[in-house]
Amino acid sequence: MRIQLKERSILPGFGLTMGLTLSYLSLIVLIPLAGLFIRSAAMSWGSFWATVTDPRVMASYRLSFGASLVGATTNALFGLSVAWVLVRYSFPGKRIVDAMVDLPFALPTAVSGIALTAIYAPNGWIGQGLGRLGIQVAYTRLGVIVALTFIGLPFVVRTLQPALEDLDPELEEAAASLGANRFQTFRRVILPAIFPALLTGFAMALARALGEYGSVVFIAGNMPMKTEITPLLIVTKLEQYDYAEATAIAVVMLLASFVLLLAINLWQWKSQRRG
Amino acid sequence: MGILMHANHAPSPEMAYAKSEIRNLKSEIIAEGPLVRWFLIGTALVFLGLFLFVPLVAVFAQAMEKGLGAYFASFRDPNALAAIRLTLLTAAIVVPCSTLFGVAAAWSIGKFNFVGKTLLVALIDLPFSVSPVISGLAFVLLFGRYGWLGPWLEKCGIEIIFAVPGIILVTLFVTFPFVARELIPLMQAQGSEEEEAACSLGASGWQTFRRVTLPNIKWGLLYGVILCNARAMGEFGAVSVVSGHIRGQTNTMPLHIEILYNDYNSVAAFAVASLLAMLALVTLAVKSLLERRVLRRLARAGQSRPTGG
Repeated sequence: MRIQLKERSILPGFGLTMGLTLSYLSLIVLIPLAGLFIRSAAMSWGSFWATVTDPRVMASYRLSFGASLVGATTNALFGLSVAWVLVRYSFPGKRIVDAMVDLPFALPTAVSGIALTAIYAPNGWIGQGLGRLGIQVAYTRLGVIVALTFIGLPFVVRTLQPALEDLDPELEEAAASLGANRFQTFRRVILPAIFPALLTGFAMALARALGEYGSVVFIAGNMPMKTEITPLLIVTKLEQYDYAEATAIAVVMLLASFVLLLAINLWQWKSQRRG
Repeated sequence: MGILMHANHAPSPEMAYAKSEIRNLKSEIIAEGPLVRWFLIGTALVFLGLFLFVPLVAVFAQAMEKGLGAYFASFRDPNALAAIRLTLLTAAIVVPCSTLFGVAAAWSIGKFNFVGKTLLVALIDLPFSVSPVISGLAFVLLFGRYGWLGPWLEKCGIEIIFAVPGIILVTLFVTFPFVARELIPLMQAQGSEEEEAACSLGASGWQTFRRVTLPNIKWGLLYGVILCNARAMGEFGAVSVVSGHIRGQTNTMPLHIEILYNDYNSVAAFAVASLLAMLALVTLAVKSLLERRVLRRLARAGQSRPTGG
């Protein structure tokens, strides 16, 4: 029995488009990324490990990962309320608000970086008010968290909106007819139903925040061991022509992103099977 | 229950009225009280206001801080003009390339069945999960002075890293999936029946594409192109790594903004930023206009197919 690699079709152009796709993909994406891994494989395991466990590098991992987690969680909480409000209620200006949710997607990261810094700096609009309360945001870890929350905002909202729209009102009616109040219905009927989407959105916001550079470097202050995020550390090493170390740090980040990506895809696949 | 059992057939006027009455009753049972509703709306709007609207307004406010004169003077700076030119050049090259690739990829993935399709789609999504700085690093490792091809390029006198070609290459990497991601689901949902019909009636491949496929995908295509353009003009991290920051030569608008800001020239920095912010607003407006059309196409494609999926 012959193994069929491709279904027969009368449509022309497979060869041409496939060839174009594969060569473009290889040239622009696969070869550069492969080069990265090959370069890091050239390092001895000992020096690789020493680079990656260096205190400054570990501090940057902790900051990047920790701040991304906090930002993604904030987005999960507030993104849920935003998605709920956009799907269930109507209010003046709703269409504009709905379109604006995508602003962090569309706005260049450098622009959001300087805008957030200007606002949260000690003499900025919000920074002034918070300063009187003794809270400093710009040039601290809090600033990093604010920037990463901004950047992940659309992911949770846009993943939750379809899930909320797909909810069957009959489930809520059944709960209501059995005596549940709205909060109970929300907690025990709605939340479990949208939880996969919430988790997916959370993970996507997390993945985006991990690699974020432009929005963070202006507001962070970039002090090694304190407010230095991992992408910045990579850039610093590059500027010092420390290619090997930069590659090692980058490979660890890549692996973390891939694991996250795999987890996201698995969740999505599982939730599609169930639904 | 008797009324609901007939729900899928074309309703008579009496049934339609009865159904709308039931719907009104239902919405009373499962709605929150107005107090809760306005509290939730308030919380959401405060959150969005704090994180979205305030930064956006700040860009324009800071740009206009010293008045319109200073604002427009920022654009007479030759370095700023060079940065704008470079950004436009990059977009002019990158967007058509990504579009061409996206259409080719969507045609091969959407209209044919073959082994490894899922893998290919996952590979196309790869640039999304890679940090922009790491993509820049990958290109420096390949084309930089101490990279793989570095010595060979130096011998041939070709400059890629710290020059415009490097910026274009890296922007190609990061904008790679945008058009493809929009078109692949769309073309998959629309299936290949219409194209097959055209082919069986004697149309060539190009004619089929131009007169059958293209009209069907035009909104998705435009949507993807808009997003691709926004990213191409706004990319910062990846370009920052490969550009070398040579004023007047290898600075795109985002990089120039960084330079101005670090020089404490905040009005000029925000003035250039305001251009990009306006581009972002236009992108959002076009996006929201097209979104409904694309969704309608997807829905129509899903319904019109005689066999499911």
